[in-house]
Amino acid sequence: MKKSAIYILLIIGGLVFAYPFLWMLSATFKPEVEIGSIGLWSSNFSMRSYIAVFQKIPIGKALLNSLLVSGCVTFSVILFGSIVGYALSRLRFFGRDFLLGLILFTMVIPFQITLIPMYILMVKFGWVDSYLALIVPGMISAFGILLFRQFFMDIPQDLIDAAKIDGCNDLSILFRIIYPLSKPVIITVGIVSFMSSWNDVLWPLIVIRLQKLMTLPQMVTIFAVGGQADAQLGAQLAAATLLAVPIILVYAFFQRYFIESMATTGLKN
Amino acid sequence: MKAMTSKPKFGDRAGYLMSLPYVFYFCLFIGFPLVFSFILIFHKWNIVTPMQWIGLRNFYRLFHDVQFFISIRNTLVFLSIHIPLQIVVALLLAVLLNQKIKLKGFFRALYFLPVIVSGVVITILWQQLFAYETGLLNLLLTKIGLLKIPWLIDSGWAMPSIAIMATWKNIGLYIVLFLVGLQGIPRYLYEAAEIDGARPIQQFFHITLPALNSTMVLVVILSTIGGFSLFIEPFVMTGGGPMNSTLSAMLYIYNQAFYFGHMGYAATLGIFFAFLILIVVLIQKKFVERKD
Repeated sequence: MKKSAIYILLIIGGLVFAYPFLWMLSATFKPEVEIGSIGLWSSNFSMRSYIAVFQKIPIGKALLNSLLVSGCVTFSVILFGSIVGYALSRLRFFGRDFLLGLILFTMVIPFQITLIPMYILMVKFGWVDSYLALIVPGMISAFGILLFRQFFMDIPQDLIDAAKIDGCNDLSILFRIIYPLSKPVIITVGIVSFMSSWNDVLWPLIVIRLQKLMTLPQMVTIFAVGGQADAQLGAQLAAATLLAVPIILVYAFFQRYFIESMATTGLKN
Repeated sequence: MKAMTSKPKFGDRAGYLMSLPYVFYFCLFIGFPLVFSFILIFHKWNIVTPMQWIGLRNFYRLFHDVQFFISIRNTLVFLSIHIPLQIVVALLLAVLLNQKIKLKGFFRALYFLPVIVSGVVITILWQQLFAYETGLLNLLLTKIGLLKIPWLIDSGWAMPSIAIMATWKNIGLYIVLFLVGLQGIPRYLYEAAEIDGARPIQQFFHITLPALNSTMVLVVILSTIGGFSLFIEPFVMTGGGPMNSTLSAMLYIYNQAFYFGHMGYAATLGIFFAFLILIVVLIQKKFVERKD
């Protein structure tokens, strides 16, 4: 195939993926009547849609909630994932292979089975409408443990033996010797768990009803569905933009890590 | 505990201690819900009043629940459009990106952009793109002299529209997976084929496609599992309408549990649906996977 034909197809593809985002961004600044147009430019750009969003919903609070929840989940998935991953890869104990099998098994259980009982558990714990319901069920992930385990298997035993002779226990070996070598897997697990926590809507919709505890995607969803937006397209798109911008900004700087992390996770599944 | 005597004692204990967080987590958030969901299916319960044993009546109800089967049919309609479209377009773009071209990383990053953005954003955005009078898609169609399409307002078009949107959102991931697969094909296969006079299109069908088989299995299974979880798109865009045409199984289960408070019945639907997913995935694996 001709080089130029390849480029034309790739550029058409690029437009298909990029133009809707540009159109959305421009629509958030356009007056309501001009949103239904193909072009990006308008001479009547204003901040009106964003002002409407900030007046109607506490979106700043939702942003903080999302940062808190996703931050705690990510930190915890890395911490516990590495600890359990270390035990499964570098230590010998009775039942280890059974535990590994159990973790693999949990990955094929569709979440549709556990969703309802999980909600009931939250009700019984009194965690509905609290950060605990958003954070605790996400604190350990099977895929995190498995990625850490696989990475730790390739670390030379000599390093660990040397540290043991120096009198290190297993936790300090993990944090002092192995952590500095594990940047790639920490980044992978971090990105994937942050993204899935940040973008999750179904679970927050189920366990959170108080507006002041809502996560950002949840609040934007309810704003768009629940009629608070008064059918103002500009305001709906502005709320969606506010939800998209933080992650797109991070992506712009670390896109290589994002793509590699998510591809690895897909392949490992 | 018998095994402990033969191995260094400290290492053993550390192994138990360090596995403890997972064991605890498993019992609470996986083991208990699994067991409890099999108790729930024999009960009628709205959480507030006491549980009521009703035997197999949830199953009886399930097999007579027309709406639930409509929702499964809708989900299958979604998959039958989503998966082929996704594979064809992702494969095409991956093959193009795998050529010796400039700006490869830039295009790859661009195609991947919708993958990282929340489904809520994509749904709100596409709701505007799909709008009948003022949406970008219909404006473009009328501009080139075609008729407007009733994307979300016609019961025949609504689910295909959602499938197109979902494909647009997820395709970047599958492009990257295919790229990884393409890069694993040894060059000499193509060189040998060229010496034998095989045209590029023949090379594609006789070398590339068979070599990508394991990637293909992965793509089909991942998008099937993703498709069965379809929820937020119809929840935001259509609420399941028009005329139940976009009522996905997940949305139906959500409504039963959290709108009507039928916990026992929703758990029954969840288990039935989960087994359906496993069966479909196993069938796909059998048909797509080649053994050589």
